[in-house]
Amino acid sequence: MDQKLRIELSKQGIVTTTLEELYNWGRKNSVWPMTFGLACCAIEMIATSMARYDLARFGAEVFRPSPRQADLIIVSGTVTKKMAPQVVRLYNQMAEPKYVIAMGACAISGGPFKQGYNVLKGIDRYIPVDVHIPGCPPRPEALIDAFMTLQKKIDQQTLTGEGRPRHLDPEAPSEFVVPRFGAHDLEPPNNPEVFRILNNIDSRNPGEVDAGGD
Amino acid sequence: MLEEIKARLDAAVPGCRSEMILNGSPSGQHSLLLDSAHAVEAATFLRDHAELRFDYCSNVTGVDWLEAQHSPGYLEVVYHLYSMEKKRGPLVLRLRTENRTDKVHLPSLTPVWRSAEFQEREIFDLYGIIFDGHPDLRRILMWDEFEDHPMRKDYVEPDDYEYEPTAHDDILAKAKQHAMGKSQEP
Repeated sequence: MDQKLRIELSKQGIVTTTLEELYNWGRKNSVWPMTFGLACCAIEMIATSMARYDLARFGAEVFRPSPRQADLIIVSGTVTKKMAPQVVRLYNQMAEPKYVIAMGACAISGGPFKQGYNVLKGIDRYIPVDVHIPGCPPRPEALIDAFMTLQKKIDQQTLTGEGRPRHLDPEAPSEFVVPRFGAHDLEPPNNPEVFRILNNIDSRNPGEVDAGGD
Repeated sequence: MLEEIKARLDAAVPGCRSEMILNGSPSGQHSLLLDSAHAVEAATFLRDHAELRFDYCSNVTGVDWLEAQHSPGYLEVVYHLYSMEKKRGPLVLRLRTENRTDKVHLPSLTPVWRSAEFQEREIFDLYGIIFDGHPDLRRILMWDEFEDHPMRKDYVEPDDYEYEPTAHDDILAKAKQHAMGKSQEP
């Protein structure tokens, strides 16, 4: 149905919609995040949910203290290698459809700790991230913007066809590999099913190094 | 002040071979090296003596001395003591292991100062010094299955370098090493 006809009909008091629109409208306005914070970014996340920034305006005021009842995990802060398996396990325990916001420099890339031995270089090595927020820490406005971006993303999801979301695709995985504690590092160091970008960038690496060499 | 404490310690603890380690920097924070056989006895003396009363251990840390600097190399623990009662401090104590490989045992001072417990665990975790007499010696920061000691100077981290847009200095060296490792793969 084209847009003009819909507007014309609504002027006459006839509301038309599609199941998809209704379904996504409901979902995007009731995204419940998990009560889960890792570091200083969590303080900003808490501020976002409080009266001044009021995440409740977007239907996300109900922070659930259980992964079973949550739709969204906000990875807010530094993910140490020791914590990474627990984060992945929590994500696995969430019911589909589920979304991930990686909040702050540490959660998206390791941040200032990237060259260290004990911090994961971004949670997207193990779980699929929907929205990345840069910043150290990002302000509550940035989290709200990320949240609105996620709402737009949910709104655009189709229920059928190639681009349908993971929870409607029986072939798609809903559980991801929980890394094990190895003798020197996490095993595996990343989940290649989720973390595809590294392989592309890495093949470009030797040339980059030569260009920047002394 | 340190000479006086050393004299009292040597008199009170028979067989104790303490040694002054002088610090030539402007801070002049000299320290006292204890021999590990008498360390617990000496520490108890420093804590309980009526005029010294070093009742608070504020900090415990480790130092790794490679063979290149001292032969043989050794690991060192540094304790910073204060007296809350006499409003004095810090008194810096040092303990040294015999080498960096197999003789890395030192007596734990946790029975003397309870506040040393977690910090000695951290040193055990990151430097690999084994504290005999510690009530709960487990890794505290890294996971139990981890085998290395990351704060040792010869620690080799896993080759998990990832693309950096502006690699420089140490990170550039890391990038080159990573690229070499990659080209050698079949």
